[in-house]
Amino acid sequence: MAFVQNVPFFSIIISMFSGIISSVLPEKAARRLNSAVIILVGIMSGWLLIYMMNTGGSYTFMMGHFPAPWGNEIRAGALEAGMALVFSAIMLLCMWGGRKKLMEEVEITKHNIYYILVDLLLSSLLALIYTNDLFTAYVFVEINTISACGLIMIRQNGRTIEAAVRYMIMSLLGSGLLLMGICMLYDLTGHLLMSNIKDSVAAIMSAGTYHIPLIITIGLMTVGLAIKSALFPFHSWLPDAYGYSTVSSAAMLSSLVSKGYIFLLIKIFYRVIGFQTICATKIINVLFVFGLCGMVFGSVSAIWEKDIRRMIAFSSVAQIGYIYMGFGLGTTVGMVASIYHILAHAATKSLLFVSAIGLTDVSGGSRKISDLTGSGYRNKIAGVGFAVGSFSMVGIPMFAGFITKYLFAEAAVMHPSHKMLPTLIVLGVSTILNAIYFLKTFINIYVPAKAGEVKKKGYCKFTIRQQKLYTVTIILFIILNLILGLCSQSILRVITVGLNNFA
Amino acid sequence: MNKPKEKESLVLPREYQPDEQKNRRYQKEHEQIFHKVNDTEHNGHYLFFKRFYKAAALVCCLTLILILLMEVSYLPPVGSPENPVNNEVSAKYIEDGLQDTGAVNIVTGMILDYRAFDTFGESNVLFIATCTVLILLRNDKKKGKDSARVQEKLDSFYEPKHDAILQAVSAVLVPIIVIFGIYVILNGHLSPGGGFSGGAIIGAGLILYLNAFGFEKTEKFFTEKTYKWVSFCSLTFYCLAKSYSFYTGAHHLESGIPLGTPGAILSSGLILPLNICVGLVVACTMYAFFALFRKGGF
Repeated sequence: MAFVQNVPFFSIIISMFSGIISSVLPEKAARRLNSAVIILVGIMSGWLLIYMMNTGGSYTFMMGHFPAPWGNEIRAGALEAGMALVFSAIMLLCMWGGRKKLMEEVEITKHNIYYILVDLLLSSLLALIYTNDLFTAYVFVEINTISACGLIMIRQNGRTIEAAVRYMIMSLLGSGLLLMGICMLYDLTGHLLMSNIKDSVAAIMSAGTYHIPLIITIGLMTVGLAIKSALFPFHSWLPDAYGYSTVSSAAMLSSLVSKGYIFLLIKIFYRVIGFQTICATKIINVLFVFGLCGMVFGSVSAIWEKDIRRMIAFSSVAQIGYIYMGFGLGTTVGMVASIYHILAHAATKSLLFVSAIGLTDVSGGSRKISDLTGSGYRNKIAGVGFAVGSFSMVGIPMFAGFITKYLFAEAAVMHPSHKMLPTLIVLGVSTILNAIYFLKTFINIYVPAKAGEVKKKGYCKFTIRQQKLYTVTIILFIILNLILGLCSQSILRVITVGLNNFA
Repeated sequence: MNKPKEKESLVLPREYQPDEQKNRRYQKEHEQIFHKVNDTEHNGHYLFFKRFYKAAALVCCLTLILILLMEVSYLPPVGSPENPVNNEVSAKYIEDGLQDTGAVNIVTGMILDYRAFDTFGESNVLFIATCTVLILLRNDKKKGKDSARVQEKLDSFYEPKHDAILQAVSAVLVPIIVIFGIYVILNGHLSPGGGFSGGAIIGAGLILYLNAFGFEKTEKFFTEKTYKWVSFCSLTFYCLAKSYSFYTGAHHLESGIPLGTPGAILSSGLILPLNICVGLVVACTMYAFFALFRKGGF
């Protein structure tokens, strides 16, 4: 076994251990440890990614002295390593971009708790990415849920407490359905390990016994994870949770937490049930319809919204709709497009949240879009960041969003049956709606404000020198977005190689 | 305990007097707002949605119940030997469990050796749950030296301070409960029990002690610092020990930890120290939750 194959195990354990250590560290040390761990995990994942692309396969890693069906096991391939790399990069940037706000909004004595939450969130995301065992996945889904609640309510005011309660209720409903699904799957197959369940499921499907409970079980697990990742009819918790929490939490929740659940769902589709079986059931059609609804209704809600943070949050509903629409197509091309969209949306949405906070800061803290007039001039780097994020969301070439829109359109055109037309129409409508609210905001922030008004309302101005870390963060975000937009061929190769290993 | 103090505490006046007038005013305001929000006569919109949500929730829940009941009726019958659950996985746990892990209690062997990674995750769930409760309830602002005393005064309106009956009973019960908890933890690999249940018992004992004797007594041996360091040390030990065992396991190396003779108290390798760690974490967490709800600190 090559030493690099230890990376999944090391990254999970290191991030968990750093969370435990942070409980006794002072705030500053906990912060540094947090950044160091995220960087370390990112570098190690990159190393693993290079190794996996050279060898091309995947491998399993025994957690303990007992082989697979009895002990725990984790599994790594190119796709997992790539996901871990992008997730840790985005998490680091979210933490840097929101640091100043964190200082203002959260009591200083509770900062090290915040870093514990982030460390454990990272470990749970990594475990969801690498796990090869359904029950391990459930345990880390729990950690993910609880830490996300903590991230929402650490900024303590009425709004965030209310948002956290909503999030908790909806998220626990999702966890409950997932747990029920796992229990029933265990009852039907007698296994918790993903590869063994897949064999049993294939046997069940060919024998014809237990066909109905299997379908219901798949439905329970899918709905559970869809609730947790805010698919359209279950999105009511989302705008408050993303809109009022402190900015690094909002960025991480939208870009990482929901994506972790979606990645788990992909794993369940491919490695537990089998993609052919999933396509044979009608469940993906349900996902398809709700995905399409989400794409339209999320954007419509975002157009009506006056508050910039809530507008970006509603845009997440639409983007999650895109991802589920790709699942619903039921083809490998659609799945590749969805996975690309997971990455693109994660990179773009966190950039939007982080830059929006820079714009509201120079507008007297007001979050109304109408008050942001001219803020792109008062805080130049935030304006540039917001512009890049909007362009990417709308799908202007060179940026990440363009590639995914292109991939979705390609997947729709290549689809053999009747799903082509609705996909293309809704894709077009949703793109126009996206353009309406993002470009409206973009134009608004670059319309010069009247000089008298600026003085009257006491708007301040931030130069780049006053916010060095923030500037660096935004620039790195933009570079990440450009990489996703310009180097799509190599990223697509990682995704296809990884997906082939999944099956 | 010296007698005169007890006597004094029995006749202690109720020091905390709630401001009746203020409370009545709050209540009145609350009622006014409540009526305004729930004004169904003038707000048809609200009335409609109130009924709609009720009906929708009912329909959703009934559908879910129906679906789940239907699924259960199709599941394999309970207790049949041909069930898919009775496969090589459970057979190995039952047949080789003692030999592999050295634990007489197969369940402990499973959760702390075969599937120790999951259990490590679970203990982290507890840890992170405490962190979120700390965010919600820890009161960092007014941390005076006598904050404990002030909070106790506030409490004494509803709960008599230094209740003689409670103190006498708990003086007998608390040592027994704690010793029983320790027994359950230490025998986790031999008999039913283990870190989670034993820790809960010890935590219950500590809470009883706190209720009987107040924060002044417990703070002599259990403060927030104690909590922090105990849970830190046990989780660190857990993490390091299990990382070592995962690492050696994955690389097919001998871990070099003797399993001992099955049935002896010092047996089954790492399971006993891990049970102790889990027990400490659970006991501290239970006590911490109670103390936080009681006065927002320790």
